[in-house]
Amino acid sequence: MLEIRDIVCAYGQVTALKGISLSVKAGQLVALIGANGAGKSTTLRAISGLVPSRSGQMMFDGEDITGVGPQRVLTKGIAHCPEGRRVFPHMTVAENLDMGAYLRTDTSEVAVDRDRIYGEFPRLAERRKQAAGTLSGGEQQMLALGRALMSRPRLVMFDEPSLGLAPNIVERTFAIIRAIRDSGTTVLLVEQNAFAALEMCDHAYLLESGRVVLSGGGAELIANEHVRRAYLGG
Amino acid sequence: MTRVFSLVTLAFFASVPLWLKDPYLLNALITTGIFIIGAMSMNLLLGFTGQLSLGHIAFFGIGAYVSALTSLGYDVPIVGDFHIVHTPWPPIAGFALAVVISGLCGYLVGKLSFRVRGAYFVIVTISFAEVVRLVALNWVELTQGPLALTNIPSITIGLPYLGYLTLKTKLQNYYLVLAVAAVAYFLISRLVHSHYGRAMRGLMENETLAVSVGIDVTKALTLTAIISAAIAGAAGSLYAHYIRIIDPEVFAFISTVTMVIMVVSGGKGSLAGPVVGGVIFGLLPVLLRPVMAPEAQWITYGLVLIAILFVLPRGIVPALAPKLGFGRQPVKPKPVVVTELTAKEHA
Repeated sequence: MLEIRDIVCAYGQVTALKGISLSVKAGQLVALIGANGAGKSTTLRAISGLVPSRSGQMMFDGEDITGVGPQRVLTKGIAHCPEGRRVFPHMTVAENLDMGAYLRTDTSEVAVDRDRIYGEFPRLAERRKQAAGTLSGGEQQMLALGRALMSRPRLVMFDEPSLGLAPNIVERTFAIIRAIRDSGTTVLLVEQNAFAALEMCDHAYLLESGRVVLSGGGAELIANEHVRRAYLGG
Repeated sequence: MTRVFSLVTLAFFASVPLWLKDPYLLNALITTGIFIIGAMSMNLLLGFTGQLSLGHIAFFGIGAYVSALTSLGYDVPIVGDFHIVHTPWPPIAGFALAVVISGLCGYLVGKLSFRVRGAYFVIVTISFAEVVRLVALNWVELTQGPLALTNIPSITIGLPYLGYLTLKTKLQNYYLVLAVAAVAYFLISRLVHSHYGRAMRGLMENETLAVSVGIDVTKALTLTAIISAAIAGAAGSLYAHYIRIIDPEVFAFISTVTMVIMVVSGGKGSLAGPVVGGVIFGLLPVLLRPVMAPEAQWITYGLVLIAILFVLPRGIVPALAPKLGFGRQPVKPKPVVVTELTAKEHA
């Protein structure tokens, strides 16, 4: 579904990606793991067009999406949930969800999708008129997940969804991400929590200083000696 | 609720000339009203996209000069015997042209500076205002330079059943300014609640996220700059046709500062903020004049400003509106409390 080859990205003088190649098959949950600064987030940002790539090629469903810009990538069906602050704090829950559908023009269908998300997350429905900044951390995360689905993506990329959340909410977040995959939407997940990511994924890539150093099934990577020592603390 | 309140406020302002007969105070209200329109346009940029245009008076001044020159006509030598000659048009055409040309300048400044934004935008706008002021001062054939453009005609409007009406008196100009202010307020309110307005607010609140949902940052900011500059140009045109004499002093930096004070004290990012701040800081000097020595007036002005910003740092309207039951409730940071109940729901 998504095929990227030899992507090179740099921030000024610093080369963040030194030729990344990976592929994501339709219906899979693919995880990118690695240490801080390995290039996981940059890979997602390169795919969604937020940072330009210096060389390499990205294909999505047979179409070249290299350098087409964030809007085109989004309308092709790739949604990106960036790391850091997850919501627009001064907008209401409903407005936040509508922002996820910013580029869509089918207003009535957007309303249907919004109601579907309220159905999945009753807490959001109760708080639909409330400013998103007043929600708890867990509720903000549910809102961010819901918003990512509002563009009706075929591939959704999550960047560090567990960051800064209480353990029980992290667990629930992962359960939702699995459910998103099970409902047929392909997922590309960047996660610090390597063990959890490897456990739930269908395929994983290990990044080290801007390169893919290892790839394989989740169980395969968990069993790998290098991964165990460097990332799983075993 | 908010709509009713807006209409009541509008009705109140419309009633002012019925009980306020002092021409001096009416004059102060008219010029204040013109500056409030300018402050509203600045608030669109500062309050809803976070971009501070410290050269905002340039758009106002350009509007004033364009409108004045269009209605006065000019004969400007360009090269050798080649002249550009313009015969006078009706002032209302000048008003329209002022809006268009100021908007165009907003586009140019936005296009140039929004690639870098923040402090750079502030610097570009200050420089732009200074360059325009120098042009107005030195292009004597067109602008008369420091000799000023004089005898600018009053605005004439065509009314159904009444024929043509030239707005010469203070009373007429008061209602003209009030009408333009109401239209500007309505336009800005529609804009910030539209699809585009949400993009503007999203950009200010969380830019990374805004880009990731597909908002084109430069486009959204440039569009805002165009509308903001066009409204400032409309205010400038009103000013030119009301005062009927303009010189390069209309580009004075202090006028931009006055607008910033109006916006920030009233509450940037709230629609009514520039109106409230504008009424206070537009009329304060006028009210202080009869009761104090000139030095004391400015000290008092400064003290009132400091007091407002000290007590209500977000501005008057955002601080008071929720207490009166208007608008958005403020965002209160809420601690995450995982009780047994919520834990069950999260699990």
